[in-house]
Amino acid sequence: MIERGHHDMGGLPAGKVERSEHDYPEWQRRVDAMVQILRLAGRITVDELRKNIEGLPPAAYDKLEYYEKWVSSLTQTLIQRGLISTDELGRKMEEVEKRAKGG
Amino acid sequence: MPKVAERAAVAAKYKPGERVRVRKSAPLGHIRTPFYIRGQVGEIERLCGAFPNPEELAQMRSGLPAQPLYRVRFKQKDVWPDYRGPDSDVVEIEIYQHWLEKA
Amino acid sequence: MSEQGSYRPFTYYQLMETSLRELLVEKGILTDEQVNAEVAAMRARTPERGAHVVARAWVDAEFRKRLLANGTAACEELGYEIPGLHLVVIENTPQVHNAIVCTLCSCYPRVLLGLPPDWYKSRNYRSRMVREPRAVLAEFGLRIADTVQIRVHDSTADMRYMVLPMRPKGTEGWSEERLAGIVSRDCMIGVAVPQLAV
Repeated sequence: MIERGHHDMGGLPAGKVERSEHDYPEWQRRVDAMVQILRLAGRITVDELRKNIEGLPPAAYDKLEYYEKWVSSLTQTLIQRGLISTDELGRKMEEVEKRAKGG
Repeated sequence: MPKVAERAAVAAKYKPGERVRVRKSAPLGHIRTPFYIRGQVGEIERLCGAFPNPEELAQMRSGLPAQPLYRVRFKQKDVWPDYRGPDSDVVEIEIYQHWLEKA
Repeated sequence: MSEQGSYRPFTYYQLMETSLRELLVEKGILTDEQVNAEVAAMRARTPERGAHVVARAWVDAEFRKRLLANGTAACEELGYEIPGLHLVVIENTPQVHNAIVCTLCSCYPRVLLGLPPDWYKSRNYRSRMVREPRAVLAEFGLRIADTVQIRVHDSTADMRYMVLPMRPKGTEGWSEERLAGIVSRDCMIGVAVPQLAV
């Protein structure tokens, strides 16, 4: 059902709150940092970021970690804004992956 | 982004204490009026100010003229038929003027 | 779930982060220095900042009034740079207990409390806190009497909320620093109240 966004969960039945906490790895902190820098520079808005998180498929919304959703959303936002292109991103990801594997 | 005082704003229609209903509408796009509160009647607690419309900001538009934003107070017993708690319990939500109508 | 220090292969999302950052640096949109500086600044934003504000409000009645009237301006008085934050501080009283949630995402006064805990962003908290706050608070070990009104604040827009808890009895004459020490992050979200150390 798309009448109610998957993210729009106030009042829905749910289970006990698990009070887990964890420290965020550096790469996830960098995602947050990039979001703040780009917002302050007026390159993106939090509203676009939220829209793109809300647009994730429900299974992804539920299963991805918080910053995995944020980096996906940030990427989509930057592509929508024309700051990066899908092609550039794809080529860069291939390059980085090759480098990581020692290639 | 223009400063608050400089940007065009829609005139504020409602006053603290006034009873308002949240429109029972379910469009697509980025929306900051939670599903659970649509159709509910509450009371204006205060005018928070006027801000660019997040529904438009999410689409890379300016969101101007700024929309009045209100803190609206709802009695929990009105919102949830099965609410367990005293009649005095409330939930307070910020809602943009264009989602409200006189009750 | 990643653990700091333990090896794991580069995930798709880590790959995305690295690639995004390198592209943005190449295009001159940001620099590694900026990113590192912001990560460091983020680490420095801990709940101690919020606790400092609360402790000041407890000892200084005029500051408290200013804090409740304009949260942002009052925090700036204490030297906290909070660009773009519209802070609303809500006080607990013997008649009213406040708690905050963001049902739509995870809005939170990060500049004063640091990064929000996992549970604040969880489905279970976001779904149930508006509907059955008393049951959720009980799960946190906090039982609020029926004679006390609970106000749940769902931060849907530009305001960010922080609870000003009540100062507990038995703290008369305490220094601000000592007072700040009993104000936990959870007290400022509203799922706990300050406790004297056992």
